[in-house]
Amino acid sequence: MSTHTGLSPQVRLVNEIAVQFHHQAPEQAAAAIAEHIRAFWDPRMRAELLRRAEAEPDALDPLALAAARLL
Amino acid sequence: MSLLKEPDLGTPAKPGPATVTVEVDGHPVAVPEGTSVMRAAALSGIDIPKLCATDSLEAFGSCRLCLVEIDGRRGTPASCTTPVAEGMKVTTQSPKLEKLRQGVMELYISDHPLDCLTCSANGDCELQDMSGVVGLRQVRYGYDGANHLDEKTDSSNPYFDFEASKCIACSRCVRACGEVQGTFALTIEGRGFGSKVSAGGTDFMSSECVSCGACVQACPTATLQEKSVVQLGMPTRSVVTTCAYCGVGCSFKAELRGAELVRMVPYKDGGANEGHSCVKGRFAFGYATHPDRVLTPMVRESITDEWRPVDWETAISHTASRLKDIQARHGVGAIGGITSSRTTNEEVYVVQKMIRAAFGNNNVDTCARVCHSPTGYGLKQTFGTSAGTQDFRSVAQSDVIMVIGANPTDGHPVFASRMKRRLREGAKLIVVDPRRIDLVRSPHIEAEHHLQLAPGTNVAVVNAMAHVVLTEGLVDRSFVNERCEDFDGWAEFIARPENSPEAVEELTGVPAEELRAAARLFATGGNGAIYYGLGVTEHSQGSTMVMGMANLAMATGNIGREGVGVNPLRGQNNVQGSCDMGSFPHELPGYRHVSDDVVRGVFENMWGSTLLPEPGLRIPNMFDAAIEGTFRAIFVQGEDIAQSDPNTKHVHAALAAMELVVVQDLFLNETAKFAHVFLPGTSFLEKDGTFTNAERRINRVRPVMAPKTGKHEWEIVAEIAQAMGYPMRYDHPSQIMDEIAALTPTFAGVSFDKLDKLGSVQWPCNDNAPEGTPIMHMDGFVRGKGRFVQTPFVPTRERSTRKFPLILTTGRILSQYNVGAQTRRTGNVAWHPEDVLEIHPHDAEVRGINDGDEVTLASRVGATSLRAVFSDRMPVGVVYTTFHHPVTGANVVTTENSDWATNCPEYKVTAVQVGLKNPPAPADVASSENRLPAMAD
Repeated sequence: MSTHTGLSPQVRLVNEIAVQFHHQAPEQAAAAIAEHIRAFWDPRMRAELLRRAEAEPDALDPLALAAARLL
Repeated sequence: MSLLKEPDLGTPAKPGPATVTVEVDGHPVAVPEGTSVMRAAALSGIDIPKLCATDSLEAFGSCRLCLVEIDGRRGTPASCTTPVAEGMKVTTQSPKLEKLRQGVMELYISDHPLDCLTCSANGDCELQDMSGVVGLRQVRYGYDGANHLDEKTDSSNPYFDFEASKCIACSRCVRACGEVQGTFALTIEGRGFGSKVSAGGTDFMSSECVSCGACVQACPTATLQEKSVVQLGMPTRSVVTTCAYCGVGCSFKAELRGAELVRMVPYKDGGANEGHSCVKGRFAFGYATHPDRVLTPMVRESITDEWRPVDWETAISHTASRLKDIQARHGVGAIGGITSSRTTNEEVYVVQKMIRAAFGNNNVDTCARVCHSPTGYGLKQTFGTSAGTQDFRSVAQSDVIMVIGANPTDGHPVFASRMKRRLREGAKLIVVDPRRIDLVRSPHIEAEHHLQLAPGTNVAVVNAMAHVVLTEGLVDRSFVNERCEDFDGWAEFIARPENSPEAVEELTGVPAEELRAAARLFATGGNGAIYYGLGVTEHSQGSTMVMGMANLAMATGNIGREGVGVNPLRGQNNVQGSCDMGSFPHELPGYRHVSDDVVRGVFENMWGSTLLPEPGLRIPNMFDAAIEGTFRAIFVQGEDIAQSDPNTKHVHAALAAMELVVVQDLFLNETAKFAHVFLPGTSFLEKDGTFTNAERRINRVRPVMAPKTGKHEWEIVAEIAQAMGYPMRYDHPSQIMDEIAALTPTFAGVSFDKLDKLGSVQWPCNDNAPEGTPIMHMDGFVRGKGRFVQTPFVPTRERSTRKFPLILTTGRILSQYNVGAQTRRTGNVAWHPEDVLEIHPHDAEVRGINDGDEVTLASRVGATSLRAVFSDRMPVGVVYTTFHHPVTGANVVTTENSDWATNCPEYKVTAVQVGLKNPPAPADVASSENRLPAMAD
């Protein structure tokens, strides 16, 4: 499923999170994003995010992609 | 309980210790300095006759009935306006006083209808009572002189009459409107014998009156009387309970005659409202007995089928078997539910327990998702707990009040009256809002600063205020050093030039100098308090903004004492409670994460069930998963998600995609159109439990009548859980609260017995605070140190474009409540029969729109139509509407954008275009070159 933005909900949401952490150093930001996702996302959403990160990495903000790889 | 009448001590209490001792008719009594003789007498057990005095209003001294004699003083002073003095000896009864009082009463009665036996206030009339008290036996003047007996009755208000012929011109109504409510709609018109109460020269309905009922409450006669009392008669018994509208959580006496509810009267001992009310709580309770209510369970196979009424047993077993069947076919995580902030703590608790223990997953969320979820996130990150810091009473000690993204006079009117009282006393006001709300300029109140920011720029503004505080040396260093952490990193961030008022001026639309002045005022003006609403939370950076406000409060030392704090004004009556009760998919009751093995173990032991350590789906995630096909059934307790949630088209698609939608509600609402099972719910008048208001105050909700459906909602939920194979049984809601207390440290000291004894308590309530905690973070933050969090401004993705050049923001009005399911079924529709679009005259003119025209409102996700009303409350480029009527469908145009941390929808910023619904013919358009096409593409 995709929204009007053409992105899956998981990709859209993780990118929205990632942009809030752009002020932090990349490693620190990726860890914080990953922690946030672990704390608040249902496992099926995390699984779908990992699938999307694998299939279409360019759709993810670089920090979001780095965070996905920490999950 | 018989009819409860609180004692009226005549004049308000004065603060301080009882240091002044006086003698009243030989009885010594000690009272605080400044106390009136009348009140001192009442405290010693002696009631002095009175008419113009009542203890909710300052003394007025007009009726001359409360005269007393004081040793050593000449004359017979009015006891209401005479303060006590040490050693004073007061005589309240003497032949001289008796004669004087009888003379006063004679004059009153000579100009008053003598219809006591048929009067609606018979038995509840102070004039009648005082006639007896003073021993009036004759009226020497007769009744044929000039009088007011032919004055017309004003019946324009839907809820009360103004029978002017019975008015004694005591001014209690006028003073209540000013002192208690702060509206100043009433006045005494004319002079001398011609003096009369006037609603500003017009009738009540056409006046500035907000129908709060304070005047009716204050009236000592039948002059201002509820129509329900006129029609049904004087009530004979009372049940003290809690209002089910906004998060103020006012206490009321539900007054009945037999089994029939006659009126709701605000309860003086209510901690939240202290005897005041608004039009919704006071009068708009008729929905509870409205014929639209469904009282029988219903089922259907398909949403295109007719509903089939069934008995409870069938409805419950059908629901349980369908849920189990779906789980068997699609997995444990394929079902979930939503709790309601309109239900009691006990009802919410059992729903989340059913989902976690009987469904076996954490797919539980609550309607707070779409309002104050960022409050929970932001305040937990910074202060350590998900709640406001103060009690409502605290505002009386504030020196600078900053209202951000809230409209208290409409959304939280009873608290607004407290706030306005403090503002009239001299506290300064800063309003941060794109819209010029009433508070900006109203009788005797004018904001020092109205920072009329562009929608979506909250974080830029709060950062700029903090920038001023930091760079101008206004930080409370001792507070920060002692109480907070992570300050240095935050200070480096906030001091950056991009956070200066000048740097963000063009973006926010707030003049830099004005912002600087506001920041200086907040930092240096004494006790600074922040009150905020959905204009803060319902943004893509809602959580960031909450943290930004917390940073500002900590930097200025405005946390941990009376008069300060960061205070969410919660939208619904039990938003705080529904969050406290573990309604979020990642948290168990008491805001403890599901991944915490120790906490989970405590619940597993008590519940006898294994709980999942992973968070479940949030509401918007449920919708997405439904469309993806992994989420197949939902239990919706008292929330109309089809109307209240954003991007209606998406929500409808999600609901339509599910195999089973179970709705538990009073009415067949918009969501019920997609439902397969309808479980009729109970109104607040039938509920037995507790609500927790925005100040963390746990109030009892007592049943005024038996459930019209035959079952309490918690019983139904427990029976569904049992039918699914999970044992859940309670005999009384107090047992549910006992279980909550046993599992939740902040509720450990709460019980129905304690609430009945104390009236209410504010959590945390436990061994450390047996009678509750009015103000939090007094000696330290809940998390230990208050944490500064860096809050970079990230603009929303929602931008005005050539196609959608205006920004829509939404709000609510006084007379209506949320999606209007309740208030639309009351007399309140007289004030708001439809939602309208407020549009600036300039924006209207360039579109060829006239005031009152039907217009189309379109965004990139949908379009709706409504009537345009010119308003300069919004700046050019911003339009505004409410969402109280389903026919308007304001959420048809709101988008999927949401707060990054919590997915709270961004209701407050939607790029839209507005055009005439029925544009003129092309020839007419061509004649006006400057006008945009009706619905520009």
